[in-house]
Amino acid sequence: MSFFARFAQNRGALFGLIILLGIIVMAILAPLVFPESPWRMVQRPFLPPMEVDGFLLGTDTMGRNVAAGLMHGAWVSLMIGLVSTLVALMIGVPLGAVAGYYGGLIDDGLMRFTEFFQTIPNFALAIVLVAIMQPSITSIVLAIAIVSWPPVARLVRAEFMSLRNREYVEAARLVGQSNATIIVRQILPNTLSPIIVLASLMVATAILLESALSFVGLGDPNVMSWGYMIGAARTVIRQAWWLSFFPGVAILLTVLALNLVGEGLDDALNPKLARERS
Amino acid sequence: MTDTQTPLLSLRHLSISLPKGADRALAVEDVSYDVFRGEILCVVGESGSGKSMAANAVMGLLPKGVYASGGEAIFDDQDLLKLSEHQHRTLRGLRIGMIFQEPMTALNPLMRVGDQIAEVFEAHGQLSGRERQQQALALLTEVGIPQPDKAIRAYPFQLSGGQRQRVMIAMALALEPELLIADEPTTALDVTTQAQILELIRDLQRRRGMAVMFITHDFGVVAEVANRVCVMRHGKIVELGEADEVLKHPRHDYTRALIEAIPSNVIPEARGAETDTALLEVKGLSKVFRSKGGLFKSAREVHALQDVSFSLVKGETIGIVGESGSGKSTLGRCVVRLERPDSGTLSLSGTDFMHLQGESLRRERHRVQMIFQDPYASLNPRHRVGYAIAQGPMANGMSKAQAFAKAKELLALVGLGGTDDRYPHEFSGGQRQRIGIARALAMEPELIVADEAVSALDVSIQAQILELLEELKQKLSLSLLFITHDLRVAAQICDRIIVMQHGRIVEQGPAREVFLAPREVYTRELLDAIPGREHELADA
Repeated sequence: MSFFARFAQNRGALFGLIILLGIIVMAILAPLVFPESPWRMVQRPFLPPMEVDGFLLGTDTMGRNVAAGLMHGAWVSLMIGLVSTLVALMIGVPLGAVAGYYGGLIDDGLMRFTEFFQTIPNFALAIVLVAIMQPSITSIVLAIAIVSWPPVARLVRAEFMSLRNREYVEAARLVGQSNATIIVRQILPNTLSPIIVLASLMVATAILLESALSFVGLGDPNVMSWGYMIGAARTVIRQAWWLSFFPGVAILLTVLALNLVGEGLDDALNPKLARERS
Repeated sequence: MTDTQTPLLSLRHLSISLPKGADRALAVEDVSYDVFRGEILCVVGESGSGKSMAANAVMGLLPKGVYASGGEAIFDDQDLLKLSEHQHRTLRGLRIGMIFQEPMTALNPLMRVGDQIAEVFEAHGQLSGRERQQQALALLTEVGIPQPDKAIRAYPFQLSGGQRQRVMIAMALALEPELLIADEPTTALDVTTQAQILELIRDLQRRRGMAVMFITHDFGVVAEVANRVCVMRHGKIVELGEADEVLKHPRHDYTRALIEAIPSNVIPEARGAETDTALLEVKGLSKVFRSKGGLFKSAREVHALQDVSFSLVKGETIGIVGESGSGKSTLGRCVVRLERPDSGTLSLSGTDFMHLQGESLRRERHRVQMIFQDPYASLNPRHRVGYAIAQGPMANGMSKAQAFAKAKELLALVGLGGTDDRYPHEFSGGQRQRIGIARALAMEPELIVADEAVSALDVSIQAQILELLEELKQKLSLSLLFITHDLRVAAQICDRIIVMQHGRIVEQGPAREVFLAPREVYTRELLDAIPGREHELADA
């Protein structure tokens, strides 16, 4: 069975993939549908949804178009989710690989270093980092990456520890392959499936983290994001429910879609497990 | 002998269907055989022959998606295939007992042995708590566990493999079943333990007059225990008859091939080495494994190797034989330097191979190669086999094109020409082992260490791989260090034999001498424990 057929067997995953594609299309089309900046005030404030033509989702406290904010925000959320996950993988994978492959003192050292990050609550650390570095897209991405790499390192380390004594790895050592070659060519490819699954879930967490940061006012002041929209609307939630409702639904759907896709990937990459589960 | 009675269990035209996408439609096709009271019927076949499937159907333990599609299994006037799960449950244990292959996984690791036996009574609502414990003790005594009063309070991990299998047998016998199904009960055990367990099963069967259905792949075991034999292949019965008859005058070619494939009917010929320059010289090698002590446990030391000395001449094959825990694998791993010995010397045609470290070790590694035990674990599932073979020469500086050409050549040499762009999962176990051999040969090593290289394979495949090794030895004048627990295999391929026990060399000498005139008691015990040996000697 092909990879996609296995993936599609999980109906939920297919559903998630469709939502995710929808959001990506939204993000791509944003500059075409709303060429103007989403920050521009275009109508009177507090316009409820569907009252005036062209303002499907109404306007916010300053008269900005909510629909425009939502579409531009999709791009920011997805970008931050993806980039910060990539950065986290770039820190976590090599660290975990080295710790798991060599073991001993190296492992001890690297794991204590990892635990240092794990002892501080994620969100608190992210807030401190963004506050120190000044809120901007780069600092937010970095902060999210820095708080989310430890689980990657732990996962990769565990995989490497169980794989490093496999007979094919010993065979590679016996033919004189260097440690670097063995790590990259023999073991790493065999750890990819759990890493991919974890990564898809990390994108979801990163989007939530970004929203939370923006909500507390530590978002990049130059880009519209879902978290900022909710944060700005919280004081008026009783007068204008739609201001926090639509971005909230957008976050919910995106995170849900990513989780479903992650689970589908898990099934598709571990066909044996999937069969037992059903 | 018992033909006049009505059979206890009678399979009639049994067919078992496999789920779609399996390699064949029926696991078992139109199989009929009877099991009579008071006899041992051996069901023999290689892996994939469907020999266990029929037993699982009888027990109502078929895996998901597999079901009996035709025929019947009559046990005491009821068709077992038509029983509900509930009816099956009352039958299992009470009237039909079962023993499995791997006693460690068949026992609950967190439960005391006595409680597990008592649980059998509990499941069928028999006896009171105190009586159950007494019965458990009596059963443990009957299956011959040393110090049964202590063993009853032991956890499975505190017992040896053979003792665990005895516990399994005690559980299966607890309710005095009329039929005992034993699915490869001795495959995971050492030869000497295997001999004891076989003896126990035979003894219990005689004493209790049970019927035993004994599933095995080993004709040696058949010769030891069977009254009647049923040979299966590809889900069909090939031959069915009295054990002596089948063993002495097999009618079917396949049965004959299986019997001949048992690597034993030979007593090794005297073979001399061609030269007398020592290739590998091992002196006083020792290795201790230490586990770190914790807060509540003291540190443990295991002497895996103690003062091991031997030498291997160029072009010679030495067999290292011993039971599990004898240190034979550690010795092999020390020789290829996957493990670092603690003391002693290890030299390879004059080079000190023991003190090499890091980069210099990496550069010398190609001189000693290894063939691994598990053909499924020894190839990287993500690499095409051509690359798997070529990466060794490439790591040692050969160009990519040259290395791949060499890989193709070697695959052809081991009988797998033209398959270099396939992935390991497309090959069978025997074929993978050939790939493993090709990978070792690619380095043009001076010495090859084969660690249980044929243990995981079916007998007929085993014979083919041994033949291939023999052929390669002639062609390329290889030197081999052949590590095995199976004396029969060692007899086939080795010039000299080293017998190990508890990390020490017990006896070493030319294969013929060790087999015909063993000097040490332990060697004699090992030889006597080979299943089917008496049968062959009587035959010869």
